[in-house]
Amino acid sequence: MTFEHWLYTLPLRLRSFFRREQVDEELKDELRDHLEQQIQENLAAGMSPEEARYSALRTMGGITQIEQQCRDARGGSVMDDLVQDLRYGFRQLIRSRGFSVLAILCLTLGIGANTAVFSWIEGILFRPYPAVANQERLVALAGTSRGETGPTLISWPDFLDLQRSCTLCDAFFVSKITTSTLNIGDRAEVTTGSIVSANYFDAIGVHPALGRGFEPGEDVGSDAHPVAVISYQLWRNRFKSDPQIVGKTQRLNNLPHTIIGVAPEGFYGTFVGWPMQFWVPASMEENFESGGYKLEDRGARWIESYVRLKPGVTRAQAQQEISGIAARLENNYSATNRGRGISLWPLWQTPFNHAGSLLPTLEIMLAVGAFVLLIACANVGNLLLVRSFARRHEMTVRLAIGASRTRLLKQLLTEGLILSSLGAVGGLLVAYWCRHALVLLFPTRSGLAMYLPGEIDWRVMSLSAAICLIATFIVGLVPALQTRDINLAGALKVESSGVVGAKGRSWVRSGLVAFQVCLSFILLVGAALLLQSLQKIRTTSPGFSTTNVVETGVSLISAGYDGPHARTFQEELIARLRALPGVESAAFGRVTPLSYGTYSSTPIAVDGYQPPLGEQPSVDYNQVSPDYFATLGIPLLSGREFKRADDENAALVAIVNQTMAARYWPNQDPIDRRLQVNGRWVRVIGVAADSKYESMRESPKPFFYVPLLQDFVRGPVLYIRSTQPLQSISATLLREVHALDPDLALYEMITLQEQVDRSTSPQLVAVTLVSILGGLALLLAAVGLYGVMSYAVAQANRELGLRMALGAGAADLFRQVISRGLRLTAVGILCGATVGLVLTRLLGKLLYNVSPNDPLAFVSAVALMTITSVAACLLPAWRATRTDPARVLRD
Amino acid sequence: MSKPSDLVQGTLDMLILKILALEPLNGWGVSQRLKQMSSDVLGVSDGSLYPALHKLEHRGWITADWKPSGNNRRAKFYSLTWLGRKQLEKEAADWNRLSAAISGIVKFNEA
Repeated sequence: MTFEHWLYTLPLRLRSFFRREQVDEELKDELRDHLEQQIQENLAAGMSPEEARYSALRTMGGITQIEQQCRDARGGSVMDDLVQDLRYGFRQLIRSRGFSVLAILCLTLGIGANTAVFSWIEGILFRPYPAVANQERLVALAGTSRGETGPTLISWPDFLDLQRSCTLCDAFFVSKITTSTLNIGDRAEVTTGSIVSANYFDAIGVHPALGRGFEPGEDVGSDAHPVAVISYQLWRNRFKSDPQIVGKTQRLNNLPHTIIGVAPEGFYGTFVGWPMQFWVPASMEENFESGGYKLEDRGARWIESYVRLKPGVTRAQAQQEISGIAARLENNYSATNRGRGISLWPLWQTPFNHAGSLLPTLEIMLAVGAFVLLIACANVGNLLLVRSFARRHEMTVRLAIGASRTRLLKQLLTEGLILSSLGAVGGLLVAYWCRHALVLLFPTRSGLAMYLPGEIDWRVMSLSAAICLIATFIVGLVPALQTRDINLAGALKVESSGVVGAKGRSWVRSGLVAFQVCLSFILLVGAALLLQSLQKIRTTSPGFSTTNVVETGVSLISAGYDGPHARTFQEELIARLRALPGVESAAFGRVTPLSYGTYSSTPIAVDGYQPPLGEQPSVDYNQVSPDYFATLGIPLLSGREFKRADDENAALVAIVNQTMAARYWPNQDPIDRRLQVNGRWVRVIGVAADSKYESMRESPKPFFYVPLLQDFVRGPVLYIRSTQPLQSISATLLREVHALDPDLALYEMITLQEQVDRSTSPQLVAVTLVSILGGLALLLAAVGLYGVMSYAVAQANRELGLRMALGAGAADLFRQVISRGLRLTAVGILCGATVGLVLTRLLGKLLYNVSPNDPLAFVSAVALMTITSVAACLLPAWRATRTDPARVLRD
Repeated sequence: MSKPSDLVQGTLDMLILKILALEPLNGWGVSQRLKQMSSDVLGVSDGSLYPALHKLEHRGWITADWKPSGNNRRAKFYSLTWLGRKQLEKEAADWNRLSAAISGIVKFNEA
């Protein structure tokens, strides 16, 4: 039937299904009408009324038969068929309960894995910010720097200029993650919040549940507007849902802030990875970020911001306009903006939150999910195939008594649909339970759990429905293809032990198993590669010692210490710690390597070094106290460490790293050379070995250190090198701190190894997820192999019995079954290895120092696959050896 | 109940389509017109007319509307659809080809 026919007749079909009574009534009316006309005519021809009626009835024939013929002419309605098929399908599935449960479980796994991945992708990458309006038009704004690959941040004046000049975007807003300390007893707790532009809440369309958002102008002026909006959770948990909260003050870092509003429930801010607990206007930036007031400094790039495109504007168009503005800024402010551009990123590639770091993992998970689904479908297909053999007789009879093959196909697809729909329901449940599971794979930091929710919305639902349909077709078509070669006469004659037919079918089944082995082999290789890579990352030295060094912090800022006080306290604390037995050394540093903290960055100039045209070299640096290098175990290659004498009254000095020395003073000794930092010349007094600064995966990059006393921050990180266990250091430290000031609190204390582990958690997540799904795939493939081998043994019963009767030993039969299973596995592995050589390249971004074709990964996958296959074949092989030749031959 | 055995299989469909191509009619009208046009030669029974009408309706070739008929009652009037018109053209062309071929053979035998 053509599409046009469908279009014309669909209403009719629907009507004859849903309004059956009315349609029947109309048919009766129509026929009665005809009858009466005939009677009228007969009367007119002069018959008596009785005769007229009788004759009319005779001419027409049996009315009931005509009615039935008309109903038949309407044809079996599609709906009738569907209902019938559904009913029949359910009955079939209930009858073979074991099969149904296994098949639905397989599909639940396959569909569930995919739906969970979809929901994570939706919740983390595409719709990351619940309650925020028009997310589909939001893009992230980041800077670029000629000569550097990674994106950079943007300065406040540049941001304001963009906002003023851009015509294709309808909202610009800043949302820069920051932290603040909230004291609870003698523990200081860090909480995350955002420094935002005053238009923030209006731009994202979020209205505070209590109080107000920020007003225009509140983001201007150094420390001019100490106001804050707090999150609903903070309000509920910390302020006990105080209805009078608006107007009260709360100390955030070292300034009391007036709480002006409470964000609505279900709004977590605009940062992927952490829930925001408070929002402060950009004017308060100095209180949260070190490095002074930066709102008027075009060279200070610190903000993270977003843009909402006007409806219908593409990212490329907006990028073009913004690039033009950036070029103009570069021209007008060459001192700060030389070589600087501005780029737009889709939300799922946002460079400054966890979207970017999770993207490669989620991409891989998409592929892995598809593999698991295919393996699950192959399994269910195989199960159905076995059943279709058992139902062969039924199918033959149905064909013989006149069912069309299309009708049988429909029946089989309907059964597939029932299975996959139940699987999809199960899958949605699995995804619903797993929607927050991603967070569990990340360690909590300072007691703060990450926030990476999955989102199950209509888009995820419809994707799952699509997957369900695909599964239906794969699952339903396998047995349907089998009905194609049913030979009516042959099949009806004998209850077939059909040797030839069995051969064809076993080929399909073996193919499916080899396919499963192939796919799960690829997953195993992927998991092995990721595991190797994780091991490499964790065993690679970060360039500083990770054992015997702990880091923590003291809540000086939130306790209201000013510069001189903080400095005195730091010196006294270090002196006390040094005097303790078991403490080798202690030091301060502003930013911990591999933490989320951002280093200070400065444009530099070096005597005798001419940068390439149009490039302004800019290097990250850290502020560290004396003994920093000794405490962290970073070797000094030449020169000396900072001393207490290197303070604000002494000459400015710096220690550069190896890479920086090699780049700016090639083949020279950098000691005593000059380096320009933030416009001031400093003297290089030492060269430190390279270490990892922001990520374990980074390649060596220029970096330098300046003395903390020459660029002071009040709340640096404290490092202690000691052989004591962490708990006792913590207790000792608390005692010493309280001896100096009982009101102070300590931050969470962790070892530097923990710090390294936390920084590699995305790798850990990838390994865990791929391993879990790889294990599932392996299990499914093993079940598949087991099924095929058991079935083959059951089918070959006669042959096995004959062999035994002719003298084959149990060991021979055992070997025969196992070797058949291994042959199948070998075919699968061979295909998997071939495809895998290409596919593992997809892992590229997640691998560290491991080739995608690493032989060790392939070999271990082969070993694991082989062991699993042998295990799966053991039971069938054992069963083969138990064949009783006498009984088989008698039967 | 007489069967349309004297009617070439499928011809009834074409005749109904042809009749409805002229004007929309109810079942009674179609049966009268059939008798009248074929001078009662075909002798289509009402028993086979109605199933044929319903079959054509469900193929989308004709469509039905309830309209008031002469004796102050509602009757089901059938009319040709666009698909039906195409089908009629096709069947008529087929029929013409077939009948030309057959009459050619018959004449040849007579000669």
